Amino acid sequence: MQKLFKWGATAVVAAGFCAVAGTANAADPIKIGAFLSATGPASFLGEPEKKTLEMYVHKLNKDGGVQGRKIELVVYDDGGAGDKASTFAKRLIESDKVDLIIGGSTTATTMAAVPLIERAGVPFISLAGAVVIVEPVKKWVFKTPHTDRMAAEKVFADMQKRGITKIGMISEDAGFGKSGRDQSLLVVKNYGIEIVADEVYSPKDPDVTAQLTKIKNAPGVQAVFNFGFGQGPAIVTKNFKQLGIAVPLYQSHGVASKDFIKLAGPAAEGVRLPAAGLVVPGQLAATDPQKPVVTAFKKEYEEAFKSDVSTFAGHAYDGLQIALAAILRAGSTDKAKVRDEIEKTSGYVGTGGLVSMSPTDHMGLSLSAFHMVEIKNGDWMLMKD
Amino acid sequence: MNMMTPRTGGLALLAVIITVAPIGFTNTYFYDVAVNAMFNAILCIGLNLLIGYAGQISLGHAGFLALGAYGSAIMTTAYGVPPIAAMLISATVVGLIAFVVGRPILKLKGHYLAMATLGIGIIIHIVLKTESKITGGPDGMSLDNFSMLGFTIMGDKMWYWVAGVLLILSAWLALNLIDSPVGRALRAVHGSEVGAEVVGVDTSSYKVLVFVVSAVFASLVGSLFAHKNGFITPDIGSFFGSVHLVTMVVLGGMASVFGSVIGAVILTLLPQVLAAVEQYEAMILGGIMMGTMIFMPKGLLPSILASLKRREAGR
Repeated sequence: MQKLFKWGATAVVAAGFCAVAGTANAADPIKIGAFLSATGPASFLGEPEKKTLEMYVHKLNKDGGVQGRKIELVVYDDGGAGDKASTFAKRLIESDKVDLIIGGSTTATTMAAVPLIERAGVPFISLAGAVVIVEPVKKWVFKTPHTDRMAAEKVFADMQKRGITKIGMISEDAGFGKSGRDQSLLVVKNYGIEIVADEVYSPKDPDVTAQLTKIKNAPGVQAVFNFGFGQGPAIVTKNFKQLGIAVPLYQSHGVASKDFIKLAGPAAEGVRLPAAGLVVPGQLAATDPQKPVVTAFKKEYEEAFKSDVSTFAGHAYDGLQIALAAILRAGSTDKAKVRDEIEKTSGYVGTGGLVSMSPTDHMGLSLSAFHMVEIKNGDWMLMKD
Repeated sequence: MNMMTPRTGGLALLAVIITVAPIGFTNTYFYDVAVNAMFNAILCIGLNLLIGYAGQISLGHAGFLALGAYGSAIMTTAYGVPPIAAMLISATVVGLIAFVVGRPILKLKGHYLAMATLGIGIIIHIVLKTESKITGGPDGMSLDNFSMLGFTIMGDKMWYWVAGVLLILSAWLALNLIDSPVGRALRAVHGSEVGAEVVGVDTSSYKVLVFVVSAVFASLVGSLFAHKNGFITPDIGSFFGSVHLVTMVVLGGMASVFGSVIGAVILTLLPQVLAAVEQYEAMILGGIMMGTMIFMPKGLLPSILASLKRREAGR
């Protein structure tokens, strides 16, 4: 019995110490949680995101952390599944007690976690694309990537400038392409452009000549716009050349990776698309504020991982930088204060563009974040205005 | 009264575990995982009636789960149907679908049956993914809390007790069904279909019946799961989801109600436990599965019970 008391007393004392240590010690690490789709069908998003977060957190800690506090990163892999994402988000909030969450590689995983994040009140920066994440504005939810609507608007603006009024649309009949098509139909009228042919293909179609022929035969088509990612757009591009369609082909930001050029081969020549400055750092004007940021990020990423940097890695980088800047300004990891500071993010120059958020805009990117590029000699060329 | 029959002893033990377990829960994340485990357990109890007792395979049950979830989500958000009604209507519709497709496909056997059920699951998954006007497409859709008669189930703790009661209820129902003439008929079908028919069992009716029952179980769980999470994606109905469910049943023990519970709990908890060693998660999971299948082909619970019995007999 006495022994039991002794142990009990020791435990109480130890617990007391822990409690003292637990009260907002400046040396406590800043805990950042992330749930990403590092494996599964969306791993091309989640994997570079995860690597980027780990690389920069490691680097920051080696340089002494933020405000003398180390950063502790907790990453879970949701495999692209919404229900897993929501469980991991709960784990980050309840069990790991993180100060801030980055993640949701896809719109589905993000939206699956949003209800409980809103309830718990934790600042959350999503790395997924769709407009629904920030529209309507949710108190605790922010995002870094461009939306599909912006990509469509950028493309239509470019067409308008070139006097194109009638186009053919061809889109992938799945997630990204579908949402992109919906957004395109929503904004196309604002640019005085009419969609005279509207075709879809499935992501696994080995050939889309039938759809493209219909577009080719539609009267008065001056350009074709394809919304999709993966190998679909490469097939569209190849078939487009085979059919000898003489009008310009526009792609979405979904193909802004070197893999697309490799897949489509010579047929990719002359394809136009909106892309973040990250893919063309060398060609940005010397006065462009993005130039040093994207050049440095590209160099660091490619040196560390010996593979081409992707815009997705950039989204994670931007998310982390916005979060840390907000924590710095807030002077603490108080969740409400950090949230307010994220919302006040203004003039942050990231890989995605210039970010200025507001209570009504939790993404903060404008159309200028995109650059129209054209594929020339197997590489991206910034288009002259 | 023998306290060790599964019906009394097992149910009592299950009730005790459900009541006592929250003592170890330090935050609501634990409750959340426990609720998921119990939902899976309910679904597996239903699926085990089909797989374990009637000896029929289904690789499409995640599809029925998703139908229940989307049925609830669409009816409550787009048409303002009360959640309880939406849940029951979904379950009825899923039961009807299972009945209609069950008749022809349960005539198939072995691999062919597996293929046909696989097809159903995949078709449901594709429809949910592509009909984005109704289902929100691959990006999913959200729905509200489950409320009934002015009472709302909110928060993980409340869901825990609801799921706990439902789990005990489902186990009790399943145990009763197995011990009824229907259950005996099902086991006869499992033993030998021809033999069962010779002794006067209407095998195809019983097979369809149990297929419908297991689909309804899946649909009800789907509705509850949707309300609990507040957001669903078509992924819950994926082929992988169906395989996961069958794995739970086989791992825990075919033809064992409590085996299904154990299989569901283990396979729901493992990914969470292994999240820390994420790179090796699939490897460890695969290793456990292979080990179980090689050394305990009947599944965990039946094998352990058998070895306990052997030991007692040897004494």
